Formats: sequence, structure tokens, C-alpha cells
Amino acid sequence: MLPYIARRLVMLIPVVLGVVTLVFFLIHMIPGDPVEIMLGEQAQAADKETLRRELKLDRPIGEQYLVYLSGLPRADLGRSIHSREPVLQTILKRFPATLILTLAAMIVAVLIAIPIGILSAVRQYSLMDNVSMFVALLGISMPNFWLGPLLILLFSIQLGWLPVSGMGGAQHLILPAVTLGTALAAILTRMTRSSVLEVIREQYIVTARAKGLQEKVVLFKHAFKNALIPVITILGLQFGALLSGSIITETIFSWPGIGRLMIQAVNQRDYPLVQGCVLFISLSYVLVNLATDLLYGAADPRIRIGVKEGHE
Amino acid sequence: MNKHRLAMAGLVITLALVTAAALAPLLSPHDPALLDLPGNLQGPSLSHPLGQDKLGRDILSRIIYGARVSVKVGVATVSISLLVGLCIGSLAGYAGRWVDEVIMRIIDILMAFPGILLAIAITAVLGPSLNHVILALCLTGWVGYARIIRGQILSEREREYVQAARSIGAGPVRILGRHILPNTMAPIIVEATFGMAGAILAEAGLSFLGLGTQPPTASWGAMLNEGSHFLLIASHLTLFPGLAIMLVVLGFNFLGDGLRDWMDVRRS
Repeated sequence: MLPYIARRLVMLIPVVLGVVTLVFFLIHMIPGDPVEIMLGEQAQAADKETLRRELKLDRPIGEQYLVYLSGLPRADLGRSIHSREPVLQTILKRFPATLILTLAAMIVAVLIAIPIGILSAVRQYSLMDNVSMFVALLGISMPNFWLGPLLILLFSIQLGWLPVSGMGGAQHLILPAVTLGTALAAILTRMTRSSVLEVIREQYIVTARAKGLQEKVVLFKHAFKNALIPVITILGLQFGALLSGSIITETIFSWPGIGRLMIQAVNQRDYPLVQGCVLFISLSYVLVNLATDLLYGAADPRIRIGVKEGHE
Repeated sequence: MNKHRLAMAGLVITLALVTAAALAPLLSPHDPALLDLPGNLQGPSLSHPLGQDKLGRDILSRIIYGARVSVKVGVATVSISLLVGLCIGSLAGYAGRWVDEVIMRIIDILMAFPGILLAIAITAVLGPSLNHVILALCLTGWVGYARIIRGQILSEREREYVQAARSIGAGPVRILGRHILPNTMAPIIVEATFGMAGAILAEAGLSFLGLGTQPPTASWGAMLNEGSHFLLIASHLTLFPGLAIMLVVLGFNFLGDGLRDWMDVRRS
């Protein structure tokens, strides 16, 4: 397993380099002059020159790129134009909020999706199955930038049960987590249902039933364990969707995470910070995908054996 | 639940969207840009069935005109992505070896960006506008089509009918165009239908963040953005444009699901 993990990590290097390069050149194609944006149009030419030299913006773009690259191993992502603080420090300060929100959304999604998905599969084509599949399609099509305001309207403004925005106690977390988790819940419900449906048609389930096991034992001990493996994969792969969904959700609820930080950076034209956020989010996405792959191997011995024999 | 009925509902919603976009000037009860300051934030009434926005403009008319933005984004993004994906996917599948390797690595890199992130970065750099949104969505949009086509070519290339065509002297372009692509149409059409939903949703999201369509152009996402400032006193500003987005996305999803069942496509 260890050499396999090492090889997968090495294979990430070109991907990460590619992401860095793409983002760097994208951000540096900006038509405007960042120095002018920082100092204002009326600034003295000499001041602009000094700042430009200080930020190394007077160097050729190739050199700037190399400087940026060489900073990466030291975890140096440059400084924010606005706050002048190191970009990485700024991002790390905001990351816990995003992590809490994302995890809460995942929990909401799993708590809704797994029971409903299993029930729908066990009672296929029942009224309950039809209704929950329809609601799942609604959930997939519901934009979170509409669901969020609707929830605020109902639970904060009409009923007055939950706060409108900000971060604080658990009650602050409920609406953002539901807003972010709904689409995932919908996808997971459909996935769980089809996965369980597939598994309960397998021959070993027929065998289990044939040898006279109780239906409960058949379902819980034999079927669900296997049915949940693809569900775990989807959960991992959807983490990226959650991270990007959190950009909008954090904006709606003024949640102080990286998503909101990035939008603020975009609005202030704070390019190093935007660049850092894009890089940080993509990197966490890539790493979570890798972790999902590895977990998948751990959960399913068939895949692990395949690895040992050298064909994944 | 009748799958056919859902697919038909999807088709009806899609046709309604296209009709609204094409005939917007005929269907709108008012000029979508006409200001009526005394009527600002008024709720639904007889002359304004869905109410008026902060400048007193008619919300129904703005939603009908907003369909134009959604159709434009959807059609442009899907067709450009499809064309690019077709070319790059064919190249990867047919050339094989290092060409394929390089293309697949580029695809890996693009797929390392979660959905809307790259679009935000691009609109941040180029400035907010509808065309930049389309450009940003196409930049990652072609990947899905390229992967389908490449996979199909790899699996079909060694089939007997392709070898037969090759043996009677058909060139790669002819084999691709006449033999392989027709066999690939079903998954592509399904992918394109979901792609419409995705593009419309992404544009609305970016416009909601203020990075997409700029005022005074009516776009559903931008209307939601405006509405969010008046949630307390005028919820109809949020209710109706959001409903439009959800219905349209739902319509394309119904249609895609229906087409997939009908054409018997297994989603990769």
C-alpha cells in the first residue's frame, strides 16, 4: 500500500504544477495595473515605481513566475495587496470556518440521504420511493443561491427561529449547512438507492436469503456494507463541489470562510490573495480526491489485491 | 412515477424557455428597462403580475428577457465545448501515445479545479461580463465531451467494422465522421443536455456573485443578487427569478434523464 500511496503522491506533482502555472499566468494577464489600484490614480510616479520594485512587478513575467514557484516549497504564496499580510496566513485563518461548514453540510447530507436512499431501494416503486426521488431531483436543480435566501426568509424572518447570518453558536450553522448540503443530499440519495438496488440483486444475497436468514440480517449484514462503498466514493468526489458551493453559501450567510475571503479579494482586486485562494481550494480538492481513492481501496479488498498485483 | 411524463415535462419547459427567449418583446407586458420609481418594490398586482423591482421595473418582463441570457449562455457554452471536446478527444483517441498522454494530463489539471472556481478566477481577471462567463465555462466544459469521445474511439478503433472501413482505404477523418461518431451521439446528446443545465446554473451563480451579467441587462442570477438586499421587505424579488432558474434547470435534468433512459446510455 505504501509504495502505491507514494506513487500516487508523485503523480500529483505535474497536476499541481499545472494548476499553479495556469492560475499564475491567468492572474498576470490582468489588463489593469495593480500598483495603480493600490495607490490610486493620483499617486506620485516615484511612489508607484518604488512599490512596483518592492512587489517585483518590474521584472519580466518569466522571472516573476520563477520567484513565485520558488516560494511554494517554503509555503510562501506572497503577500495580500490590501492587508500586506502573508497570503497563506490569511487563508489559514479563514480555513477552519470553511471546514466546519463543509463538514456540517456533509453530515446533513449523509443523515438525510442514507436512510432515505436505503428505504427507497427496499421499497422500490412505492409512493415513498417516488416522492423521495422527485424531491431529490428538485434538490439537484435547486440553486443554493436561491435555497439560502428562501431558508432565511422562512426560518429567520417569518418564524424568527434562527439567525440571518454570521458565525456564532450551533444555531448559526444550521441554515448554511442545510443550504450547502441539500444538493449533495439529493445526489447521495439517488446514489444510495441505485447502489442498494444493484447489490440486493446479487447472488450472495439470494444465497443469504436461501439459507433462511432473516430479512433484517440479509439487509444490514450482507447488503448495506457493500452498497455503501460507491456512496463513500461519491461523498469524497463531491467534496470539491462542496468547497466551490461554499463560495456562494458563505457569501449569502456572511460566513467568514475562504469562499467569502476569495470573493472579497476579487472585489478588491487583491490578485495574490485570489491566486492563493484558487490554489488552496484546488489543492485541497486534489488531496481529498486522492484520499477518497485510497479509502476506497481500504474499504474494498478486491481493489487492494488488484494494486498488489500491479494492475489498478 | 412515469419517466416519460417527466421527460415530456422537461421538453415542455425547455420549449417554453426557448419561446420566451425568442419572443421576449412580444410576450413581455412591459419594457424590461422601463423605470417606475413610485412603484419601486411593489408586490404583485394586476398590471405587474410578479411585482416590481427596486427601480420599479416589471419583474415578469425582466424574467422573460432574462431567458435570453440563459439560452445564450447554455447554447454558446455547450456548442463551443462540444466542438472543442470533439476535436481534442478525437485527436487523443486517434493519435494515441504521447499526444494522448499530454492531452490526458491537461484534462487532469483542468479537472483539479472544482467547478465554479476557475470561472471566478477568470471573471476576476478579465472583468465581469457575459462573454467572459461563457469563455470561463468553455475552458473546463470541453473536458467531459473529450473524455467520452476518446473513450469511444479507443473501444471502437479495433472493432471489425472500423478495420473493414480502413481496409477499403477510408482515412481517419472519414472513419471518425462516418463510422465512430454516429455511434457516440447518444452519450454526447445526454451530456449536452445536462451541460445546458450546468451552464445556466453557473451563469446564474456568477451573476449572483456580481461576476456575470452586468446591469441593466436582465439576468436571473443578477436579479437574485439585487433581491437579496431586499429580502426583509420585498421577498418577491427573490422568489420569482429563483423559481425560473430552478424550473429551467429541472426541465433540462428531466429531459436528460429521459433521453438517457430512452437511448439506453450508461452514465460514465
